[in-house]
Amino acid sequence: MKLKHSLIIATLTLFTAMVGVSAMAEEKKDAAPAAATATEAPKVPEAAAPAAAPTAAPAAAAPATPPDVKPVLNTGDTAWMLVSSALVLLMIPGLALFYGGMVRQKNVLSTMMHSFVAMGIVGVQWAVIGYSLAFAPDMNGMGLVGNFSKFMLNGLIVMKDAASGAVEWTLFQNYTKEPGAIPELVFAMYQAMFAMITVALISGAMAERVKFSAYCLFVLLWTTLVYDPLAHWVWMTDGWLFKKGALDFAGGTVVHLSSGISAMVFLAFLGKRHGYPTERMAPHNLPLTLLGVGLLWFGWYGFNAGSAIVGVNNSDAAGGLAGLAFATTTIAPAAAGLSWMIAEWIHSGKPSALGFGSGVVAGLVVITPAAGFVQPGAALIMGVAAGLVCYGGILLKAKLKYDDSLDAFGVHGIGGTFGAIITGVFATVGATGLLAGNAKQLMIQLIAVLAAGAYAVVVTLIITFILDKTIGLRVEKEDEIMGLDQTQHSESGYNM
Amino acid sequence: MKLVEAIIKPFKLDEVKDALNEIGIEGITVSEVKGFGRQKGHTELYRGAEYVVDFIPKVKIEIAVSDELVGKVVETIQNTAKTGRIGDGKIFVIGLEEAVRIRTGETGGEAI
Repeated sequence: MKLKHSLIIATLTLFTAMVGVSAMAEEKKDAAPAAATATEAPKVPEAAAPAAAPTAAPAAAAPATPPDVKPVLNTGDTAWMLVSSALVLLMIPGLALFYGGMVRQKNVLSTMMHSFVAMGIVGVQWAVIGYSLAFAPDMNGMGLVGNFSKFMLNGLIVMKDAASGAVEWTLFQNYTKEPGAIPELVFAMYQAMFAMITVALISGAMAERVKFSAYCLFVLLWTTLVYDPLAHWVWMTDGWLFKKGALDFAGGTVVHLSSGISAMVFLAFLGKRHGYPTERMAPHNLPLTLLGVGLLWFGWYGFNAGSAIVGVNNSDAAGGLAGLAFATTTIAPAAAGLSWMIAEWIHSGKPSALGFGSGVVAGLVVITPAAGFVQPGAALIMGVAAGLVCYGGILLKAKLKYDDSLDAFGVHGIGGTFGAIITGVFATVGATGLLAGNAKQLMIQLIAVLAAGAYAVVVTLIITFILDKTIGLRVEKEDEIMGLDQTQHSESGYNM
Repeated sequence: MKLVEAIIKPFKLDEVKDALNEIGIEGITVSEVKGFGRQKGHTELYRGAEYVVDFIPKVKIEIAVSDELVGKVVETIQNTAKTGRIGDGKIFVIGLEEAVRIRTGETGGEAI
C-alpha cells in the first residue's frame, strides 16, 4: 500500500516537472522563430535549411517552394504499403508469443489474449472513430486531435455514380510537391495496425493479474484518449508536434514511449503479482518467446520501412527511404542483441537466449523513431547503446522493486524515450540533429518526449483511477493463484 | 527377494537399461523424480531475476530381483550409471516380502 502511494506521488511529481519544463521550452520556442532566422542563419546556413524543411513542407507557405501537385496513384507504393500493413499486423501475434512465453504456464492464454483482443477492439475502434481522431483534419485548429469527418472511414471511397456503383478512391499524398500517392484506405489500415500493437505493448506490465474486463475497457479508452490524439500530434500534418518539426519516423514517441510510460502508471494502481519477488516466476516457454522475437523483427520491416510513406520531403513509400529504414532496422537490432548479450555475459556470467531476444527488441524500439533519418553507422551505434540502456532498464526493476511483469516500461518506455531523444542527435538524412550542428532539433525532440510523456501519464492516470474505483483492475487473490487461464477464460494452454 | 531402487542421472537411463537387459533382468519400472543431495541445486537468471532451483531432475529405477541376482544388479547399475562426478545418485536395496503376477496369479520368485 505504501509503495502504491509513493509510486503515485512519484508519477505525479514527474508529470509536474514535465509540464513545467515543456511549457517553458514552448514559450521560448514560440518567441524564437522571428529572431532565429536572422541570428542563426549566418552561423549555420547549410544545417539550418534542411532542418527547417520538414516544418515548412506541410505549411507550404514560402514563395520559393515549388507549387503543390495533384496526387497520382502509385501502384508500386500501394503494393508495398499493402504488404507493410500485413507485416505490422503479424507483429501482434508475434508480441503475443513473445509475452506468452515469458509468463507462467497457468497464464499463457490470458497473456496471449491481451494482444489478440487488442486486434479486435482496436480494429473496430479504428474504423468507427480512431482513424478520424488521429488523421482527420484538426478539430479546433490547435493541432491536438482530429475531427469526426472520417467517422466510419467516411470519405475514403467517393461514390461517383450510385446507380452503376462507380467509385473513386480518395488518395493519401504525403508530400504535396510530388504526385506519388496511395489509396487513403490503405494508409488508414496501415495506421490501424500501429494503433493495435501500441496498446498491446502495455499489456506486458499487467500480465498474470489483471482482470480481463478491466483490460478490455482500458484498451478502448486508452486507444481513444491517448493513442489517437498522440498520433495526430506527431504524424498528422496539422498536429502541433509535426508543425514544430519533431522527428518520429515510425513511432518512438507515439508508440513506444507512450505505451511504456502508461504501463508504469497502470502499475502504480495495479500492484505486484502475488508472491513477487520471492516466488519463482520463471518464463514457462522461452522457445515461444524467441519465435515471437523473430516475428516481431520480421513484422518490424513493415513498421519501419513502411513508414517511409510519412517521411519528410518524400512521396515514395517504396523507394530509397524505405530501403534506408530497412537497413537500419536490420543493423540496430542485430547490434543491440549482441550488446545486451555481452553485457549480461560480463555482468551475470552467462549469455542468455532471453537476453539476446530482449536486446533485439530493444534495438528495434530504439531505431524506430530514427529509422529513416540516420545513416547505417549511426544505426549501429544506436543499436549498441539500445542493448546497454535497456539492460540497465530491466535491472532498475529489481532495484526499485516494482513488478513490471514483462518489462513493458524497461524496454519500451526507456528504449522509446532514449530513441526519440537520440534521433535528435544522429539525424542526418532529410533532417539534421545535434551531430550535424543542429542543436535545435534535440530541443524539439525533448519537447516532444516531455509533452507526449506528460500527456500519456495524465490521461492514463485518469483512466486507470476510474477503472480501479469502478470495476477494479485486479482479479481476486485466489483466482490469481489458480491462474488467469482457468479463472478468466475457463481454458488451459496445455492439455497434454 | 529384494527390491533394488536406484536414483540415477537421467541421461544414463538407456545405458543402465541395456546393461540390465544383458544380465537377464526382464522388467524394470522407471519414474522421473526430483530431489537434492550433495549436488544441491543451481540458479537460473531471467532478465536479472534470479531463481534458485533446489531440486534437480533424476530418474528412479525399481527392480524386483531374486536374492542371487541382487549383487550383480547393484554392481551393474553402479558401473554403468557412474560418471565420477557429484550427483551420480544412489542405490537402495530393500527386502521384498511378496510378488504377484496379476495375469496368472503366480507368486514369489515365479512372478518376477
